Amino acid sequence: MPPAVTGSSTDRPIVLACHGLRRSFGDRVAVDGVGFSIADGETYGLLGPNGAGKTTTISMVCGLLERDSGEVYVDGRAVDTSTPEARAEIGYVPQDIAIYPDLTARENLRFFAKLYGLRGVDLDARIAEILEIVELSDRADERTDRFSGGMKRRLNIGLGLLNRPRLLVLDEPTVGVDPQSRNAILASVERFRQQGMAVLYTTHYMEEAERLCDRVGIIDVGHLIAEGTRRELVAMVGERDRVALDARGDVQTAAKAAADVDGVERATTREDGIDLVVRDAGATLPEILRVVGAHAHVTGVDISEPNLEAVFLHLTGKALRE
Amino acid sequence: MRAAVAIALKELRQRLRDRSAIVIAFVVPFGLAAIFSLTLANVDEESEFTATYAVADLDGGPLADAFRSTLAELDFATIRQVGTREAADELTDDDTVSAAFVVPEGFSAAVRSGEAAELEVITDPDASVAGAIARSVAGSFASELNSVNASVTLALRGGGHDPSEAQTIVDRAADVPATAVLREDVTESRLLTSTTFYAIGMAVFFVFFTVEFGARGILEERQAGTLARLLVAPVRPAWVIAGKTLGGFVVGIVSMSALVVATTLLLDADWGDPLGVAVLVFGGVLSAMGLSALVTTLARTPAQASSYASVAAVVLGMLGGTFFPTSQGPALLRALSLLAPQAWLMRGFQDLAGGGSLADIWASLLAVLTFAVVLGGIAALRAGRLVPR
Repeated sequence: MPPAVTGSSTDRPIVLACHGLRRSFGDRVAVDGVGFSIADGETYGLLGPNGAGKTTTISMVCGLLERDSGEVYVDGRAVDTSTPEARAEIGYVPQDIAIYPDLTARENLRFFAKLYGLRGVDLDARIAEILEIVELSDRADERTDRFSGGMKRRLNIGLGLLNRPRLLVLDEPTVGVDPQSRNAILASVERFRQQGMAVLYTTHYMEEAERLCDRVGIIDVGHLIAEGTRRELVAMVGERDRVALDARGDVQTAAKAAADVDGVERATTREDGIDLVVRDAGATLPEILRVVGAHAHVTGVDISEPNLEAVFLHLTGKALRE
Repeated sequence: MRAAVAIALKELRQRLRDRSAIVIAFVVPFGLAAIFSLTLANVDEESEFTATYAVADLDGGPLADAFRSTLAELDFATIRQVGTREAADELTDDDTVSAAFVVPEGFSAAVRSGEAAELEVITDPDASVAGAIARSVAGSFASELNSVNASVTLALRGGGHDPSEAQTIVDRAADVPATAVLREDVTESRLLTSTTFYAIGMAVFFVFFTVEFGARGILEERQAGTLARLLVAPVRPAWVIAGKTLGGFVVGIVSMSALVVATTLLLDADWGDPLGVAVLVFGGVLSAMGLSALVTTLARTPAQASSYASVAAVVLGMLGGTFFPTSQGPALLRALSLLAPQAWLMRGFQDLAGGGSLADIWASLLAVLTFAVVLGGIAALRAGRLVPR
């Protein structure tokens, strides 16, 4: 039986429930104690930098990777590498484009649809439907090695929808995508949520998580360090402002000096500046600029309200894109 | 099972669209078989060996007559009589004849009297085989004479014999038929035309390349990310491997069968008993799949797998006698060749081409299937490496 799950903010049925997920590769623990749940029609974002353990987590969720410990249930059925039937409710969109370049879009869809047991009229109808969704109907019979990157991405997503999944897992689907295609992908995911699909979406783009996700789990170094709605996560950080200084010169020393300013809670450096978490940006900014200016030349200032980036910075002491 | 069939059909569709696969599976082996067949057509003709020899009889005695009679009995030889040693020399120099025999003046008398006598053979360096046969014919005749002469000498030394009796014995020696000078050291059942040999050789050699994509395909799918997509679908990993294997098997069977038919119809190769050929094709494809699967489990990338498989196919193919018969090699090579499934396939196919039936190739078939089971079994035990979990 699936364990009792808490965390979902809705009264809708839980589609995915996982807890205690742990996986190590040799001596390196990639994921340790990760657990969360996703309800019907909910989009859950797994937000973390590269190498945080996002892909390892979803690989265990999808039954691709064996677990050292932990459990995964999809629609109440236990999922692991040895239970293919339980995976029938999962749609998977890998980070890299996973299609056959020497087959047409229709042939790619037909092949994977057959693996999900679709036959005859149902199969043809579903393929036509998916081609409509990913806007490839007019290119359906072209080999995919002639497709643009954006078209391949759309087909990559379409393949994950073939089986009308209860849970759709998207692993950083916008990495390396042009802005136009990226917007199209994000709009698609919003539609899936509206259609009642449970979506697990991994990303290291804060903006995507804020736009798409009902709840976000922040993962770093294999641990789920915080989870909740955007509002809940921001509340964890408190009413703090974020000040981003673009600066040249001795940025390291300037950051240390800024960290000593009253009201500054954290100061970290990046390649071209300093990021600060402060209680009141308006009150502390003059003093910050004074001490930083003694060591570096400030070329730009940006003040923002707390967001997921700031939450991540607050929780981990580093920026998402580091 | 349906999943495995779907995967196999997808594999076949991809192979059909991959021109390089068609080239490796059919065009290159057929082309090479045709080239070897045309290049070595003369060798086949030489299997019905012919030579022209000159003979200069400067002796005119009974033993010279006997030698000329011996030459006349050689089915493969055309004999030209010349009057002088110089004429014999000249015909040999200008390649009119492959070799010339000179029976010197006084040859018969010298033999009769037990003195040293020389039967001279002039050979053309460009006709080494015909020259060697000429030397063998002359040597055999001389040896026969020596043998008879020893008996005569013994008889004379025994005393009490009329010298004319001894002469009669020597004369009779002239009627002694020459010993066989061409000895077939291969059985009739193994005599193949070069067309048939290379049709078989190329089909066996290239089937180990043709089926290689099957196992390697798993590494390719892993690298392309499609393996993860396959494994998220409600399909057991074993069916994925089965589908890949089935695809490779079908391509191997189709490739070899097409080569059998094409070389038979277009090159006039003679493969022999169709049932035996079909069974051996089946076994050959399985053994090739076993080898390529095992090699693939040793590799980390598709390129590495392809390289390993190519090395194995070339080395074992050469060792197995697909290009040159190992039966003519040293004993060590012949022994080592038994480690190559190709050697057993060649042996089986050659037995069939030489007139054998399914019953005659059971040992070859058993060996080939043993290779398939052992190599494929080890590969199956190591298959987990291909699908890291």
